[in-house]
Parts: sequence; C-alpha cells; structure tokens
Amino acid sequence: MSERATSGASTGEALPAPARFLAHHFSSMEAQSETSKLGIWLFLGSEVLFFSGLFTAYGVYRANHYALFRYAHHFLDWKMGALNTVVLVTSSLSAAWSVRCAQLGQRRALNLTLVLTLLLAGTFLVVKYFEYSHKLHNGIAWGAACHPSEHILATLPPAARAQPVPSDLGTFFSIYYLMTGLHGIHVLVGMGLYVWLLRRAGRGDFGPGYYVPVDSVALYWHLVDMIWIFLFPLFYLI
Amino acid sequence: MNENSAGAAAPGSHGTHVMPPSVLIGTAAALLALTAVTVTSSRIDLGEWNVIVALAIACTKAALVALFFMHLKYENRFQLVVLVSAVVFAVLFVAFVVFDTTQYQPSIRAAERQVQAKSP
Repeated sequence: MSERATSGASTGEALPAPARFLAHHFSSMEAQSETSKLGIWLFLGSEVLFFSGLFTAYGVYRANHYALFRYAHHFLDWKMGALNTVVLVTSSLSAAWSVRCAQLGQRRALNLTLVLTLLLAGTFLVVKYFEYSHKLHNGIAWGAACHPSEHILATLPPAARAQPVPSDLGTFFSIYYLMTGLHGIHVLVGMGLYVWLLRRAGRGDFGPGYYVPVDSVALYWHLVDMIWIFLFPLFYLI
Repeated sequence: MNENSAGAAAPGSHGTHVMPPSVLIGTAAALLALTAVTVTSSRIDLGEWNVIVALAIACTKAALVALFFMHLKYENRFQLVVLVSAVVFAVLFVAFVVFDTTQYQPSIRAAERQVQAKSP
C-alpha cells in the first residue's frame, strides 16, 4: 500500500479512494472484498457454534426443570425484553441502511445511520443495565448467591408467591446472566466497531468502491440481533 | 426500486446489491409485527406447544434478518452454505444433548428414589 501511495504522490495525483485500501496480497478490490465477505461469514458461523453451547445448557436445564423455568421467568419483565427487541430491530434496520448509504456514496446519511446504530446499541445496554441492577439489588444473583428479597417476591403473581422459592433458582439465573451477558459483551464490541466506522466515515474512507468494513460490521450486528431474537422468547416469554 | 436497479447496474460494482428502502423497511416492519405475535402467543396457554410456536416465530424472524438485512438472498451461495451448516450443527448439538438427557432422566429419578428409600 505504501508503494502505491508514494507512486501516487510522485506523479502528483491522488489515487482514487478504493485503491488506497487494496492490500498488497490481493490482485483486485473485487478479490479483496469477496475474500473479506467469506471471512466474515465463516466468523459468523463460528459465533453460532460458540453460542450453541449455552443454548444446550439452557435446553438441558429446561428439559429437566421445567417448573423452575416457569417460576423463574416471573422475575423477568417482558416489557423490558420487548422494548429491547424493538431497539435492536431498529438498530439493525439502521445498520442495513448504513450499508446502502455507503454503496451509494451518501456520506451524510452514512454518518447519520452509523450514529443512530451506535445510539440504539447504547440504549439496549442502558435498558439491560436497569434490568441487571434491579435484580442484583434484590438479591437475584447467580448460583448459590441467589437470595431474592421480600420486596421482589411480593411483586410475583399470586400463584408464584404461594410456592416456596426453589433451591435451584440460582442455576436458572446463572444461565440467564451467562447468555444475556455474553450477548451484552457482543453489543459492547459492536459499539466499539461502530465508533471505529464513524471515525473512518468521517475521514471519507467509504464509498461505492469501498464499503466492505461497513458491510462486515453490519453483518456482525445483524447476528447479534438474531441471537437476541432467540433469547427474548426463551427467557422472557416462557 | 429505481435506485435499486441503478445501483445494481453501476459500473465496476459486480456482485453489489443495493437494498431498496422498501425491502429494508418491510423487513423491519415484519420483525416488529412478529415480535408482537410472539408476545401475544406466549399469553395463550398452549402447553408444550408454546415453546414450539415461540421458536418457530424466532426462526422466521432470524430467516428474515439473514435473507434481507444480511442480504443473503442476493449473495454467492457459498455464504449461505457456511451459515446453514453452522446452524445445522448447532441444532444437532442442542437436539441430541436434550434427547439424551430426557431419555435417561426417568431412570435417574428412579435410582434416586431407591437410594432415598434405602436410607431412612
């Protein structure tokens, strides 16, 4: 790349934006973007398998302790979960739109959609923070540390209140915190990636000839949305 | 739709498919509608079927995200092969382990009861 940059400088003409980003080991921009695309899809495939271990833990525990899952889901507020679903779907729309903007060279709209995606990702984590802190303040932690307070037990529906607190309630919440927590870490990583995209978009790196980073990050972001699509009914709507 | 065909026909953009706004907004609207359906269906007691309905809706939503937001519908087939094979192996993993644990659960419970009966 440096060789190209210097040759461009010596002739006094700036290289067109896409060529600046062609790595030396690729023959053309097209070969580079096709390779990146396959790479990101392989990564997403490994992410699916990565999460499958936790979904298996969920499946095994639910198959053997269905009553516990029915009881424990009363501690989760489906309205918060539904709100976060709406937030993530909207952010996915914004992410998909940002790819379109980059492909069409609409720089202002690209910046706008990137900022919107970042803000919505932040909103998701703020909602999640309120959910987590409400639970932790009321003794709903993971494993053996799970001792629900009188205050939160009083908010359960009457049928659930009549039951004794199951001794393995903490195991349900271990699975809950692990799955939503790992998903939350993915959201955090996504936010970092969107900050990076914003910096590059601000420099004017992206356009019709070069939009692979915008596309790849959006693909990752859609996968994060997809995982939440499964987590929401499995935890909040048992 | 005009912009779409213009984008697809742009010179030097082989393999590029610009998603038209109508498809993007339509996908998001379908996802939000299906979220409402899944919330509503969870309030109706269908017994064992509740989780099946919830998962069927979730799979439909995931397919919409993959096909349109992730533009898999317009990609090289190989990308689809990568995602589908990962999903197939994830489903096999979950299904086999769950079948296995439910298969042995009755005999484990019976053995536990026997041990409890022996130790008064």
